Amino acid sequence: MAYVLICVVLAAAVYLISAPLRSVRRQDGTARSAAAVAELEAARDAKYREIRDAELDVRTGKLSDSDYEAVDSSLRAEAVEILHRLDEARDDERIPSNP
Amino acid sequence: MASAGKALLVLALLTGVYGFGASLYGARSGRPEWVDSARRAMYVLTGMAATAFVILDVAFISSDFSYNVVASGSSTTTPFLYRVAAIWATQQGSLLLWILLLSCWSSLALFLTRRRVREIVPYAQAVLFGFAIFFTGLVVLFANPFDTSSPAPTEGAGLDPLLRHTTMMVHPPMLYSGLTLLLVPFAFAVGALVSGRLGAEWIQVTRRFALGAWLCLGIGVLLGMRWSYTELGWGGYWAWDPVENAALMPWLVATAYIHSIMIQEKRGMLKVWNASLILAAGTLAIVGDFLVRSGILSSIHAFVSDPTLNISFVGLIAVMVIGSIGLVVYRQDSLRTEARLESVLSREGVFLLQNMVLVALTAVVFWFTFFPLISEAITGTQVSVGAPTFRPFVVPLALVVVALAGIGPIIAWRRVTPAKLRRSFAFPLAVGLGTLAILAFVSGVTQHVFAYLMFGFGAFVVASVTQEFFRGARARRAMTGEAPPVALAALVRRNRRRYGGYTVHAGVAVALIGIAASTSFQHQRTATLTPGHSVRLDGYEIKYVRPTASATAQKISFGAVLSVSKNGHHVTTMQTSYGLYPAPDPTHPIGRFFNGSDESSVALHAGLTRDIWVDINPNVTNLQGLISSGDAKLSTALAQAESLPAAQRPQALNVLYSLRDLAIRDLAERFVTHPWASSFLLEVSPLVMWLWIGAIIAALGGLIALWPMPPVSGRHRRGPLRSRPSRTAPSELSPAAPEPVRERELV
Repeated sequence: MAYVLICVVLAAAVYLISAPLRSVRRQDGTARSAAAVAELEAARDAKYREIRDAELDVRTGKLSDSDYEAVDSSLRAEAVEILHRLDEARDDERIPSNP
Repeated sequence: MASAGKALLVLALLTGVYGFGASLYGARSGRPEWVDSARRAMYVLTGMAATAFVILDVAFISSDFSYNVVASGSSTTTPFLYRVAAIWATQQGSLLLWILLLSCWSSLALFLTRRRVREIVPYAQAVLFGFAIFFTGLVVLFANPFDTSSPAPTEGAGLDPLLRHTTMMVHPPMLYSGLTLLLVPFAFAVGALVSGRLGAEWIQVTRRFALGAWLCLGIGVLLGMRWSYTELGWGGYWAWDPVENAALMPWLVATAYIHSIMIQEKRGMLKVWNASLILAAGTLAIVGDFLVRSGILSSIHAFVSDPTLNISFVGLIAVMVIGSIGLVVYRQDSLRTEARLESVLSREGVFLLQNMVLVALTAVVFWFTFFPLISEAITGTQVSVGAPTFRPFVVPLALVVVALAGIGPIIAWRRVTPAKLRRSFAFPLAVGLGTLAILAFVSGVTQHVFAYLMFGFGAFVVASVTQEFFRGARARRAMTGEAPPVALAALVRRNRRRYGGYTVHAGVAVALIGIAASTSFQHQRTATLTPGHSVRLDGYEIKYVRPTASATAQKISFGAVLSVSKNGHHVTTMQTSYGLYPAPDPTHPIGRFFNGSDESSVALHAGLTRDIWVDINPNVTNLQGLISSGDAKLSTALAQAESLPAAQRPQALNVLYSLRDLAIRDLAERFVTHPWASSFLLEVSPLVMWLWIGAIIAALGGLIALWPMPPVSGRHRRGPLRSRPSRTAPSELSPAAPEPVRERELV
């Protein structure tokens, strides 16, 4: 019984683990740019979150209007910069954009 | 099935070795199929660990004493649920649980990142396999749970009585989950450092694992405190025991980390600090496991010391420390900050200060936890370090942390004007100072100054969080016209991380108020009472009404019924007992029932304002003469029965065992019929309940913060920050975006 179980587990393990090796896909040289895109998308999301936080801060009275304007315009400029870099990275990568 | 279990562990070890090699080969050669194959190896390893765990647990449930761990940690008389949980009461079984949890979290992390952070994942994967190899290697080579004996004993030693508590089902798995979850961000931090991809993405993909670790460790610590309070009979919930501290230290560092990563995500700052924090937290998780398993420091929670395991753990910790320092130094140029702190008066500034205090707190706990070892190395004597040593350092630092927990939510990111600062601080400060003033007026504050400060700071935190919820809901209501409860719920739903965090702050403040009150204003005394006599404590009259006792072949229990009254009015009736489990000592057939393991069942009357807590230490010296003479007579009779012919022996032995059981019952009966004095430990502790309530609030806040949200960019697609309408996308961020849509999207 134990030997049967082990044989079944071993066969299943080899089959599952070797599946990616049996259908080899070629490295297309886009891995690095894909990583750059992913990193920029993360930075974009973080910047969006920061803009939202600043909005919430001014609405809850933590930030003065003048401070908010300065912070918001600075954040938006940074976001624009990230989006520029994201466009460039996607052009390099030529893959469909992730939402 | 033991051989199948052994084989599965060997296969799991080989799978781990393959996964480690394939991950690194895939990374170095740029062949992602090997990385994918290694990821599948982690899934397979998880399946093997789960199957091995099930096989072993079935052995525990079915009391298969051919397994050595089952014979040493369970028995046929152990109740079913404790037999299920007894697996992690043993060194070998708990190692298997660790492997199972580690591989589960590793598989989950690798599944979630299978299309993300592709340059980091192979190295992170290799680190996770490294941990899996280490722990699987330990169970295969040194602590195999599938070792068997033949012939199998007919009965097991049973579960330690102290472990027979409902918390046993959840407390160890929670702590192990917390510690193993911390290894996921640790592995990704190493991956980021090795690959040089040091942006915020690795932080984003592992943030939930860090938060999950924080939550599980917190719940585990809380359950341990509750266990200690109701079971151990020393009258408290936190003893600064090394194993308790082993869970507290990574929790403190994880608290610092989940705050400071926000600064890196938002500002690109603190990259070195964040990498160092999570590397420290992961290392402390292993140090914590080492403390539990090694027994190098005296603790009631630790397993028996095993030199082989100790050397292995020291080696792993050395590799983690040296490797972490080496990687941070190697990447120090890339870890340079992208921005500067604009103002100390900003949330970043508060987070930084909070981080430093939390790290200082961890350093204090670390130093005093290991001080007995250090003193032993220097003087040859292991000194004992307890609460009085910790408190002078921990309490002031905890006060600062609480104050910052109140300041953080009401201060803005980047900068703040003095006028806004005054407006934000007015209400919370008034509540905090008002609380202090009222307490000073009522009590005079002649002593316990730190406790009063904690009440004031705690009130400040609760007020600041309440103000934040109120202002946020009001802002949303102004824009949407929703009813207040709807606006509040929508606000929290749309900003889970922020408001979940605020809820945690409020919960921690409430819990610390409970801790400050119950440790500073506790009334405690011991009393030796005979039935009918009473003792006064903090205005309560506690009367020893009558003794109780029960006896079975597995346990003899002595207890007391107590009546509590105040100003002539009956408050409650309580019952406490002290259980004795027989020692495996055939030379004292009756005395062994009084020489084995023991447990306390505490009498607890819990309320919102105070807990009344009583524990009995029964005096059974009056029974000693009877026990000794019973031992002598029964030993002689048993010896004579053993010398009888085989056919007559069982019947004679059965008669003698029946007589023994009668004698035990008679001894228990004598405790009830004779008005002997017993010793009691009595306590009246204020606000203990608020410790548990605060912890539950904090856990709820943690769950809110942990709950997944749709991606920010996804939500903005509907609003002004639409990601990419055209190739000239940046104009989408123009402030001229339609304001009503924007407001609805943002709050």
